[in-house]
Amino acid sequence: MKKASILMIIGPFFLLGLYVFPLWNIMLGAPQYPDPLGLNIHINGLQGVNEFDIQNIDGLNHYIGMHTLPKVEDMWEFGTFPIIIGIMVGLGVLIGVLGFLEKVSYKWFLGWFALMSLMGIMGMYDFNEWLVDYGTNLDPNAIMKLTNPDGTPMTYKPPLLGHVKMLNFDVTSLPATGAWLMFLGMMMTLAAGFLGWKDKKTKT
Amino acid sequence: MKVKHHLIPALGAALMLVSCGQQNQSSNGALSSSAAEKVYVAPGEQDEYYAFLSGGYSGNLTVYGLPSGRMFKEIPVFSQFPTSGYGYSEETIPMLNTSHGFVPWDDLHHPDISQTNGELDGRWIFVNGNNTPRIARVDLGTFETAEIIEVPNSAGNHSSSFITENTEYVVAGTRFAVPVPQRDMSISEYKGNFKGALTFISVDPEHGHMAIKFQLLMPGFNYDLSHPGRGKSHGWFFFTTYNTEEANTLLEVNASQNDKDFIAAINWKKIEEYVNNGGGTKMPANYAHNVYDEHSHTGTTTMRDEVLTVDPTKVPGAVFFLPTPKSPHGCDVDPTGQYIIGNGKLSADLTVHSFDKMIAAIEGGKFDGEAYGIPILKFEDVLAGQVKSGGLGPLHTEFDGKGNAYTTFFISSEVVKWQLGTWEVIDRKPTYYSVGHLMIPGGNSRKPFGKYVVAMNKITKDRYLPTGPEMEHSAQLYDISGDKMELIYDFPTHGEPHYAAGCPAELLAPKSQKIYRLDENRHPYAVTTADGAKVVRDGNEVHVYMSTIRSHFTPDNIEGIKVGDKVYFHITNHEQDFDVPHGFAILGQNSSELLVMPGQTKTSVWEPKQVGVWPFYCTDFCSALHQEMQGYVRVSPANSNVELKWSLGE
Repeated sequence: MKKASILMIIGPFFLLGLYVFPLWNIMLGAPQYPDPLGLNIHINGLQGVNEFDIQNIDGLNHYIGMHTLPKVEDMWEFGTFPIIIGIMVGLGVLIGVLGFLEKVSYKWFLGWFALMSLMGIMGMYDFNEWLVDYGTNLDPNAIMKLTNPDGTPMTYKPPLLGHVKMLNFDVTSLPATGAWLMFLGMMMTLAAGFLGWKDKKTKT
Repeated sequence: MKVKHHLIPALGAALMLVSCGQQNQSSNGALSSSAAEKVYVAPGEQDEYYAFLSGGYSGNLTVYGLPSGRMFKEIPVFSQFPTSGYGYSEETIPMLNTSHGFVPWDDLHHPDISQTNGELDGRWIFVNGNNTPRIARVDLGTFETAEIIEVPNSAGNHSSSFITENTEYVVAGTRFAVPVPQRDMSISEYKGNFKGALTFISVDPEHGHMAIKFQLLMPGFNYDLSHPGRGKSHGWFFFTTYNTEEANTLLEVNASQNDKDFIAAINWKKIEEYVNNGGGTKMPANYAHNVYDEHSHTGTTTMRDEVLTVDPTKVPGAVFFLPTPKSPHGCDVDPTGQYIIGNGKLSADLTVHSFDKMIAAIEGGKFDGEAYGIPILKFEDVLAGQVKSGGLGPLHTEFDGKGNAYTTFFISSEVVKWQLGTWEVIDRKPTYYSVGHLMIPGGNSRKPFGKYVVAMNKITKDRYLPTGPEMEHSAQLYDISGDKMELIYDFPTHGEPHYAAGCPAELLAPKSQKIYRLDENRHPYAVTTADGAKVVRDGNEVHVYMSTIRSHFTPDNIEGIKVGDKVYFHITNHEQDFDVPHGFAILGQNSSELLVMPGQTKTSVWEPKQVGVWPFYCTDFCSALHQEMQGYVRVSPANSNVELKWSLGE
């Protein structure tokens, strides 16, 4: 249980990477953008991969009537996510310490993991909702109103994960360093739960 | 019988020619295919070297890639350039100011890239204006002219703009001797009265700003070309001279009489010390110093009224003459700094002086008389060797850093490769035709990159498809990586390239600037946000603070302008994206368009002369809606009361 608890204490700390590194990354390459434009999605706001990328993405998107990318004050998520992550780290470490002191069982470890996973899924859902809105809620007076071959208006939702060809742009959306650190941390807590369970099994 | 005698050798010669021709033809196939591989830079790939070719009478500097010979940019320096508005925009007009007023043209000859410890450092490139003597500094981050300083007391600024090995000085020598100070006097009194000013312009090591440190007032010879000492000879500068006869008319005959002219060896460190200790004489002068500020995007002219002159006879041990045969033209120093090569243009041979021998002769006090109080060294005492080239009309020499030198021969139209020390000719290749300068990247520094040599020719004739009587000049590219030179490419060049400078691409490409930062724009008429756009009237002057972004001007409708107004369009490009300039032109503009780079502000003056509604538009195909990037200015009669207003999207 000691080994499991140490893992449980360390694991949540990896979530702190989210305060430094982006959670997600979307790259937009096109013939005239051999150095692609890029968007880093942090838990507390959006940043261009290069300094002026956001301005340039907004500049291009105005032709097809997309809204500008949200500023920190435009989305409650950018205020709330950092708090949630902070609470989860604190909670995870606390559970780990209590486990070390044999005050709580491995089930709490798995409980933290389950809660974190649930929140992750909710976060992804929320993110996807924003992508849908960003890509489909278009200005009716857009300069270019393009239609699909079947006559429906063309929309521009970036992919949640993977690559999509959108007009002249190749759009690739992937988890970034912050997310990978979070996954690593969560896997450690899952391993902590597993070790705790095995420990318990051998003892009984 | 006699006929036969003549015929046999003639037939023999003809046969040899035929067989030679055939051999050449058969090897040509293989040669051309490997040459094609050597110069081919595939689509999307980039060149190995930058080459900066002077534009001569275009007044501009052109940027090429090697080995492809593709031209990347023409940098306006001494000439108005309607493509960008250089010399037309309010911000750049001051760059062309001189003591003779606005001079919108010059003859640009000798680019030289800044150096540290004798090696190219790629910060700036210096160029000279020959006609109205000026030196310019071009920034190698923006590839734009950053500064121009006029050189007083000079005329035909030709033995310029060569730099010392730590860019302490950029040196400008006069080709034409003139009265100093200028005055009304009889031309025939030239001899003994005119002077040849050699100007040492200090370069600020951090910002590159130039200031005339001193002018050495030499005898009235013609100072043709120069190069710095390097390595062991650092601290010296060498100038070729012609017309030591001091003729003032029919120079082609009268300046070609002396069997030997001189190379002037100047110990500038000694003169610097003399000047720093209060030596020299301040002389009234009048010259312009034009500096372009990258943040205000504006050039300003400051008139200077004084220059420090030095009489060479007052600084003993600082100036010597090295006799050099037959009106030497090029003056080149090898990478070690040991050899000083005088290219006697009316001779078949090259004269190579030894720096060590020169120092020994000076220390031994072995002089062969003097000229105007300047000691003349004995030719034999300083001579290292002579290259018996077999060519005619040697002009310029460059070095490959492997112990070889390459000299151009104007009259015999060839490049000759020879070895330093043995003075043996190793190879020779024709040029097409009548080559002037040649350039090996870094070929006049301590560290040449001896892979290619570019020969820049004066005569083109049949090299390209004909374009009437006037044609671009022609350059040849030779691969010099092997023992023998190999002609691998021909390409036309813009203007009349004289000298050139080259460097490896990686020295400049990574630091080439992509945009100007809008948040660093300190132009007094810039608008950094579109809602700051406005139109302000001040008497009959109207200032339009206009911004551009894909794909509109703010404002794009302006009313209340009157005939007789002087309208300043201050255009700020709000793009912060690489390679998205916007242009500005308005009907009836008496100047050029403006091409405004991202983050930059430029100003064009428009003086409407006719009532009407006049359109303006973006001249650069900036975006899919470039055609829509347009607007109108309503011009009313001079006495009208139309209210001044401006708008966008109303």
